[in-house]
Order: sequence, then structure tokens, then C-alpha cells
Amino acid sequence: MNVSAAGQLLTTGITSSQQAFPFLTALVLLPAGAAILVMLLPRRSRWAIRAAGMAASLGVLGIAAAVLDQFQAGFGGYQMVSEHPWIAPLGISWTLGVDGISLFLVLMTAVLFPVALAGATAKENPKSFTVWVLLLEAGCLGSFLSIDLLVFFLFFEATLVPVYFIIAGWGHERRGYAATKFFIYTFAASAFMLVGILALVSIHQGQTGVTTFDIRRLASTHLSGTAEVVLFLSFTAAFAVKAPVFPFHTWSPDAYGESPAAGSVLLAGVMAKLGTYGIIRFDLGLFPHAVVVLAPLLLTLGVVGIIYGGIVAAVQRDLKRLVAFSSLAHLGFIVVGLFALTGESLSGAVLQMVNHGIYTAALFLLIAMIYRRRGTFAIPKLRGLQSSAPVLAAVFTVVMLASIGVPGLNGFVGEFLILSGTFLTHRWWAVVATGGVVVAAAYFLWAYQRVFHGRADNAAAEEPFAEMTWREGLVMAPLVLLIVALGVYPQPVLERITPSVDAVVLHVEQAAHPTIPLAGQPVEAVLARAERPTVATHPFAAARLDVSSTTPRRGDATSANQRKGAAS
Amino acid sequence: MIHAAFLIPILPLAGFAILFPLGRRLGNPLAGWIATAMVTASFVVTVIVFVALFQHAPAHREFTQSWFTWFGVGRLRVGAGLLVDPLSMTMAAFITGVSSLIHLYSIGYMRHDEQFPKFFTYLNLFVFAMLMLVLADNFVLSFFGWEGVGVCSYFLIAFWFERDDAASAGKKAMIFNRIGDAGFLLALFLIFERTGSFEYTTVFARLGHVGTPSLVAIALLLFLGAVGKSAQIPLFPWLADAMTGPTPVSALIHAATMVTAGVYLMCRINPILHLAPDAAHVIAWVGAVTAFVGATSACAQNDIKKVLAYSTVSQLGYMMLAAGSGAYVAAIFLMLTHAFYKALLFLGSGSVIHAMEEDQDIKNMGGLAKLMPITGITFLIGWFSIAGVPPFSGFWSKGDVLENAWAVTPALWVIGAVSAFLTAYYMGREYFLVFMGERRWTEGRQVAGVHDHGSAAHDGLHPHDPSWHMSLPLVVLATLAALGGFINLPFHPNFVFLERWLDPVVGANLLTTHFSVGQQWLFAVVDAAIALTGVAVAATVWRATAERPALEPRFLFMAWFIDRGEDRLVARTSTALANFTATVVESRVIDGAVNGVASLTRWSGERLRRVQSGYVRNYALGLVAGLVVLVAYVLVRAGS
Repeated sequence: MNVSAAGQLLTTGITSSQQAFPFLTALVLLPAGAAILVMLLPRRSRWAIRAAGMAASLGVLGIAAAVLDQFQAGFGGYQMVSEHPWIAPLGISWTLGVDGISLFLVLMTAVLFPVALAGATAKENPKSFTVWVLLLEAGCLGSFLSIDLLVFFLFFEATLVPVYFIIAGWGHERRGYAATKFFIYTFAASAFMLVGILALVSIHQGQTGVTTFDIRRLASTHLSGTAEVVLFLSFTAAFAVKAPVFPFHTWSPDAYGESPAAGSVLLAGVMAKLGTYGIIRFDLGLFPHAVVVLAPLLLTLGVVGIIYGGIVAAVQRDLKRLVAFSSLAHLGFIVVGLFALTGESLSGAVLQMVNHGIYTAALFLLIAMIYRRRGTFAIPKLRGLQSSAPVLAAVFTVVMLASIGVPGLNGFVGEFLILSGTFLTHRWWAVVATGGVVVAAAYFLWAYQRVFHGRADNAAAEEPFAEMTWREGLVMAPLVLLIVALGVYPQPVLERITPSVDAVVLHVEQAAHPTIPLAGQPVEAVLARAERPTVATHPFAAARLDVSSTTPRRGDATSANQRKGAAS
Repeated sequence: MIHAAFLIPILPLAGFAILFPLGRRLGNPLAGWIATAMVTASFVVTVIVFVALFQHAPAHREFTQSWFTWFGVGRLRVGAGLLVDPLSMTMAAFITGVSSLIHLYSIGYMRHDEQFPKFFTYLNLFVFAMLMLVLADNFVLSFFGWEGVGVCSYFLIAFWFERDDAASAGKKAMIFNRIGDAGFLLALFLIFERTGSFEYTTVFARLGHVGTPSLVAIALLLFLGAVGKSAQIPLFPWLADAMTGPTPVSALIHAATMVTAGVYLMCRINPILHLAPDAAHVIAWVGAVTAFVGATSACAQNDIKKVLAYSTVSQLGYMMLAAGSGAYVAAIFLMLTHAFYKALLFLGSGSVIHAMEEDQDIKNMGGLAKLMPITGITFLIGWFSIAGVPPFSGFWSKGDVLENAWAVTPALWVIGAVSAFLTAYYMGREYFLVFMGERRWTEGRQVAGVHDHGSAAHDGLHPHDPSWHMSLPLVVLATLAALGGFINLPFHPNFVFLERWLDPVVGANLLTTHFSVGQQWLFAVVDAAIALTGVAVAATVWRATAERPALEPRFLFMAWFIDRGEDRLVARTSTALANFTATVVESRVIDGAVNGVASLTRWSGERLRRVQSGYVRNYALGLVAGLVVLVAYVLVRAGS
């Protein structure tokens, strides 16, 4: 296959072999349809409601597994694309596709929803709860799968409503404040993106005469420097609030803290990834030049988030708020990985989105178990839980260590790839970010000590702290298994992520180095160029993305070698 | 037989995999026996591989065994695989050997502990991680083991987690280690940037292309990791606190194996240190100062285990001094002999602690030698070994270190020699206070307080030697401590067995000393004199009395106030900073701004429209106005 420009690798993809079964559409429609079905069920048949919700979310997991099975490793473009014109005059179409970047986010979503339903369902009014959760699942999956910008935006916004009602309906004391703050903050930020979308589409229409929201086409829009930066900022506003990125995070401790367990699990586990996913898919895909220009700013925000989140987490007295700030720090790592713009850091960031989803969900579920027994999230009111609940403590320990980034568990690989990739292009940011590793150990171990260690003060509580039940263990089991499996052997996942990430890196690099001649070269050559120079030709030179430099990479590498020669 | 090497780490891992789910059902003592069997089997395999390796010609004693790609993106590849060479096998042999003995000892020592199976679960996991650390064929996999042993150390220090001091000590150990680990990580990134690989052999082959400043940076960053793990100044206070863990843990992790990982790392990267002499000097000096500070602090401790803890700090300093001097063989030699005599001393102290019903204050002991002859005699051998009394092992190994230090600069030798005198003295003090002199305790005294692992004997205090599980390791270790020096004798090139064995790994970068046989004899005589003086002084001062406040100044008892200083300077200021950030920056500034914008919007909305709609609608108004401006701007700019 010949491509005229490497960018097309990213933008066109292949409308791969016609699928016999529209897997991706089914992924989105199944939970939505199930939500409608549950709505029709009588309010009193709690069992049927739960079973329907569970069956639907497990069905989604099954389809997601089938998608994984059908997915062609080693290919970077969209796969299983299903395209149906929707509002043809406006160029809006129902276009879904999956690539290495979205594949595992979809899978993670498909895992976390049944886990959340099984582990943290609502006692009061389970019907509405199940409906909202299923609608949220449809919204999240639609966001990860949409290639059409407007359809993405609709899904992206549609996720707000279920979460608003989940927090407001089943949350803790300050739920009203938290839900409103969450809704308004994220909604306001999204408005910027809507304007950005419309502006981008109209610019594209002005240039080509075609009205389309298809990002594969929009990626080739020619934008002036300023316009690109402004559009980038409008998109990033939405993503930075959604993730959240420092300093746009203040809704999250309230929202995570006040929402019911399932809400926290899904907010931190899945919805946070909508923001970081949006950055890699739309910011890097549509505004590569602006990304290169503004990368230092975003990297700085990411690094500040890592340290700041860790410091503030250390002095939280509420377990959920502690995890919220810890999440801010972890998302800081992901943001750093995204804007360091190396294959290593981007692949690490995508992997880390999945990792973070898993261990954060597990943490919130464990905290919910503590709450169920003690009725509090306050660290000072808990003590010595390990003596009466060693299994729960052990599971908590494993999840905590994964979150701290201990090698052998899943957090390490993502963090390591992010940091080592970032070190190549933005050394000092990576150095400061590495400090976050120490801070993370400090706040988590301190919290663990206060909650689990020490002598249990059973006199204060009416009954001894109960051990993890079988049911709870069953809910935690898949998450713990994934934590270990992704820590020991993440390679199959990385192999599927990397080709898509390479295409993105190549796309961004081309924007930064427009003089690299690429036309008419076979894909292999183009992709080979995307990797750093091989050892055989350029022994140890690290590639740098340099905006000002328009010299081809080969020259960079040689001069870097000369510099090193001079140094030694 | 070399490909059987994979079994070496896998057997303890299998033990962990059995005990983790089934430990409680297997119970006491079966769980302990399974764990011991797994580690012993691992030792047997190690010996077989060791012998197989020995049968190859020295130049061909390097084998790699690739398992699978752990993770890889583009050029960055991290494999899971083993490097079998003389250095890694030496480490594996003493780790599995000492671990087997300590596992056996623990069956006796932890007999009455409720968490008996859990103890062995952790212990097996630790041995697995430690073996991965030394056998890994690349830096990242070593880091896996490195962090793994740190985590196990955390579990085991905080083993009696209901005690607040144990819980705090565990946390402290992990955090101090993490500070070092951050340095290790940065070194890894720099290594990858400069060499494009993580594999030891590949990295070392490409060092010629790396500039000296980078090499110095890599060496010092890795050394930062070693400072944390091997308790060097200024990151050593965690090791003294770590003594709250069960005594077999102190013997295994905090004396014989884990804490020597930093020394191993420095020996492993000998090609880097060779090209970065500035870094090597830093390492040597930090090591020497640590040796001195540790030795002085050990002189004023009253806790039987704290004396040993500071002694370990001091001995690790010697090892670093050797590594920094380029005397890698001496470093490994001291590491091996130290593993024997320090494990012995810790296990002996554990036996004493059992006998004294958990009292660890040496001021409350005395005269135990007659009641516990096996413990007393083996402890004496341990003392003579660490003191460097000829012909015990420490004499040879410490002598080797000092001789090389002299070759670098006599100043290092002076610090080392003074510390050597102190070593003989403080261990003598401990020996006399515990085993000799008058009994400062009452026979049959009922022991008050809680037994953390519920010793059975409640008929009062009757010190006696322990069961065979505990005595046998004492005797074996005492034999090794006494005779271990013969693996590397000076005076004749045919006797330096260890040096010739390690030659393929470190030989090219070894410090070359040019001492004549006569000079070597002179060193030996001086070393012996220093050791015997220390022994004599200790005997004179502590034989008859337990109270000499002048010799136990408070600043030594507090280990030069380094721990407290760090606590005041770093821990408290950062806590204060965190509180300030959370209460002021987060709540008032950042969230304040957000809520301020919200209030402002609401206020202007009410002013402008005077409608009583919900807040959302008012926001929407403000937003739409802003958006219109933005759209107009973008379109105008794009059009131009």
C-alpha cells in the first residue's frame, strides 16, 4: 500500500473489510437499548432490573472481547469502521472506528461498568440508577469510538447528564453542591470545544467546499498559526477540565468525594480518560503544530499536577478526596506522556490511562467497602482494620502498590514508559515528575498506616470490622488479576497500542518538520522514519522534537553525535 | 546444567504462590517447612549451576537466558531474562544459602506467632525478589527486584503492624528507599538515552560512546539508589528503625542480603565506575564516613539489635568504600563474610531476646554465656570475626578493604582503621554486657507487658539455648564466619580464589595495588593489632561494669542527631508546606477563583437580567456571549 503522505496513515485509516456484524455500533446501542428496556420494567422488580443491567453490561464486555479478537495487531489506522450518513446536508455521519488508542479504553470501560454495577449498586431506587449507569456506558463508549467530531461531542456531553443525576441522586451530604459544580464546570468548558468544532468545520468548508465532521478529513485542514493555537485551546479547555488537569481540577475532589461508590469508580476510572483520550485523538490529531508550540505549557501543568496532587493528597483527612488528589497526580503523568510527543511516552500514556482506570476503580470500591462497615471516609476515625480484615487489607495493599508504581504491578510500566520517553525530549520535566514517585509512596503509605495499621479500636465501633465477603472478593478479583497481568506481561497490549501511537507521533512530527520529504514512499519506510534512528546508523542519538528547526532528523542526529563526541 | 538457572528464582516464587492462598490452611509449622524447602531447593540448584559455570573456561563464564519481552515500545525494549556469570552466581549462592538457614531458624523463632504462615509467605517473596535483583540481565529487571525487596522489607518491618513503632518504621524504610529509587529511575532514563539499551552487556559495550559527564551522572544517580537501599549517609536512619521487625528479618534482609544490594549494584556497574573516577571517589568517601558514623553510633546503643543495626550501617560503609576504591573483589568478599557473621550475630541476638522474654536492653542482661553456651560461643565467634581478629573471616575481608583504601589515599585508610578499632570495641561491649559479668536480671522474674508473638514460657525468666531449628543455623554460620576468610587469602596469587573467580566480571576494572608480600604482612599485622586492641579495650572497660556514661555520650546514642535533623528539616517542613498548600492554595486560591467566577457570573446575571432562573441558564448566557466573540475572532483570523 502506498500513501502519498504519512499523515494519511492517521487520517484515512482503512475502512477495513466489511464486518459481517457491526460490533462497534452494537457496543454503543446495547447499553442504550438496555437502558430503555430497564425503564419499562416495573419499579418493584428489583431483581429483574439488576439482572438486566448486569446482563447488558456483561453483553457489552462480550462484544468488546470480540472486538479485541477481531482487532488486527500491527496496524495503526482505524479498524471495523462503520459509516452511516446521519444529517447529510451538514456532513454529520454516524462513523465509528477503533484503533490501538481506543481499543483498550473501550475494553477498560466494558470491564469497569459491570464491576461498578456488581460492586457498588444503589439500594434506593435501583431502577433509575441502573438506567443512568447504562446511559453513561453508552455515552462513554460512543465517545471513545466516534470518528465524527459532532457525534463525539454529543456523546461527550451526554455523559454529563447521567453523572449529574448519579451524584445528585445517590451521593453523600454535599451532593447538591458537588453535582452542580461538576456539571457547570465541565459543561462550560465543553462550550469552548463546541465553538472550536464549528469554527474548524467552517474553515475546512471554506477551503474545500465540503462540510464534514469526519476527523480523518478535518486533519488535513490548513490552519494559520494563531487559528490553530486558538482552536487547540478551545478543545483543550474541555479536555483539561474533564481529565482534570491542574489547575482545572477543583470540581473533582468534591465530585469524587460526594458521589456514590459507582459514581466515583466511573468518574475517575472511565470519564477522566475521556479528557486524556480527547487530547491524544483530537488535539494531537487535528492541531499538531499548536501541540508542539504549546507542549511546554501543558507539560508544566502536568508536572505541577503530579507534585501538587501528591502534596495535597498527603494531608487529606477523607479517603475519597485523597484518591481524588492522587488521581490528579496520576493524570499529570498521563498528560506529561501525551505532550512529550515520543512513541514511548505516548504509548505509556495510553497504557497508563487503562492502568489508572483499573486501580483507581479498585481503590474506590475498597473505600466503599470500608464505608459500608464504618460509615465514614474520615481517616482519623479508622484504625487497625488489618487485624480484623487481613484479606481486605491485602487487596488494598496490592492496589495501593500498583498505584504507587511498584514494578510487577500495572502502574509501573505506564509510568516508566512515560518518564523514559519524556526524558528524551523534555529532560527536566521528567526529572521533576520522577520526584512524584517519592511523594506518591509517602502519602499512600501514611494513609495506609493510619487506616489499617495499629491496634483496632473496637470499643468505639459497635461491631468488629468485617472481613471481605465472597461477593466483594468476586468483584475485586478481575481488577486484581488485571493489575497483576498488566504488570507482568503488558506486551500484547503495547503491541496493539504502538502502531496507532506511532502514526500520531509521525503526524505531529511532520507538522513540526514539514520539509521531510515523504511523498511516494512505502509505508514501511515512513514508519521506519517515525522511530528514532536505528542503532546501526545513528548509534545513540536521541531524537528531539524541535519546533524552530526545520532540518531533517538525519542532520539532528549527526550533530547530536558530534556534541557528544566533543563532550567526551 | 546452566539453563537450570531459571529455577533459582522460580522456586521461592513457587513457595510464595503456594503459601499466599494456602498458608493459613497449611498452618504452623508446615508452611514454614514448605518455605524452607523451596529456598533450600533453590540453593541446591544454585550450587549445581555454580559448579557447571565453574567447569567453563573463565572467559566463557557468561550466559544469558531470555524469558520474554516484559515491555517494549519502538527502540525501548525491556526483557525478562537472567544473566548467569560469576558475580551473579556468587550473590545467588550466598543469598540462597543464608536464606535457607534463616528460614530454618525462623521455624523455631516464630513458633508462637499467630501470623506464622504469613511470615514465611513474605520471606519467600523476598528471596524471589532478591534473586531477581542479582540475576537479572538488565537494569530494569534488577529495578523490579530492587523495588520488590523494598516492598517485602516494608511488609516485614511492619510485620507486627499493631505496634505503632513497627508500622512507622516500615513506612519510613519504604519512603527512604523510594528517595533512592527516584535516583535509580533517573539513571535508567539517562542510560537509555545514552546507550539505547538497558541490558547490562549491551550498555557496557557502548560506554565508549558516552561522555564522561553522563557517566558520572549515571554512576551517582545509581549510587543515590544504593545510598537508600544500603543505608549510607544521609539515608541510613531507616535501618535503625527497621529493627522493630522480627529478628530473622533483621538478619536476612537488614544485614545479610537486601542492604547489600546497593553494593552489588556498584560492583555490577564497575565498567561505568571505572570510566567515572570522580563518581567513584564520592562513593568511597561516603562509604568511609558512613563506616565511621555507624561505628561511633554503635558504641552508645543499649538495644541489642540497635548495636547490630549501626554496625551494619558501618560495615556497609566499608563495602561502599571498597567499591568506590575500585576494589570490587574486596567489596564482595566483605559482603560475603559480613553476611555470615552479621547474620550469626543477629540470630544470636534473637536467641538472647527469646531467652530474655523480649527484653532487648543489654543493660538488663549479663552472665548469659554459662546459661546459653551455644549462643554464647557462636556469638563470640561472630564478635571476633567482625572485629577482625585473625584468623577469623573479618580479618581477611576487612584487611582487603583497608589495603585497597590505602592504595587510593591513606586518609581513607585512617578513617577505616579508626572505625575498625571501634568495631572491635563496640561488639566487645555488647558481648560483655550480654554474656559476661554479673546478672542484671532476676531468675524466674515474671515478665510484664504484651508478648508480640506470644512466647509460650510464662513460668518466668529462665534463659536457655534455643531449639535445634535455631541452634543449627547458629553453628553453621559460626563455622562460616570463622573459616569464610579462606576463600580469598592474600600473600600468593594462587590463594585469591574469589578474585580469580570474579575476574571475568570485574577484573578489567579492578584497582591494581602494588604491595610487596612484606607490605602485605605489615598491613596484616597492623590490622590484627588494631583488632586486638579493640578487643582488649572492650574487655578492660566493660568486663566488670555496665555503667560508663562518659563512654556513651548522647550525641552518639542519637547517631549524631542525623535522624532528628532530617525529621525536623525535611519531614516537618514538608508537612507544614502540604498543609499550607491544601488549606490556602487549593481551597482559597484555586477553588476560590473557580467559585469566584461562579459568584461573579451569578451576580452579574442577576443584575443584568433580574430573572429568577436557575444558575445554569445564567451561565449559559455568559458563555454564549463569550463564545460569539471567540467565533468571530477565529473566523476573522482564519479568513485573513
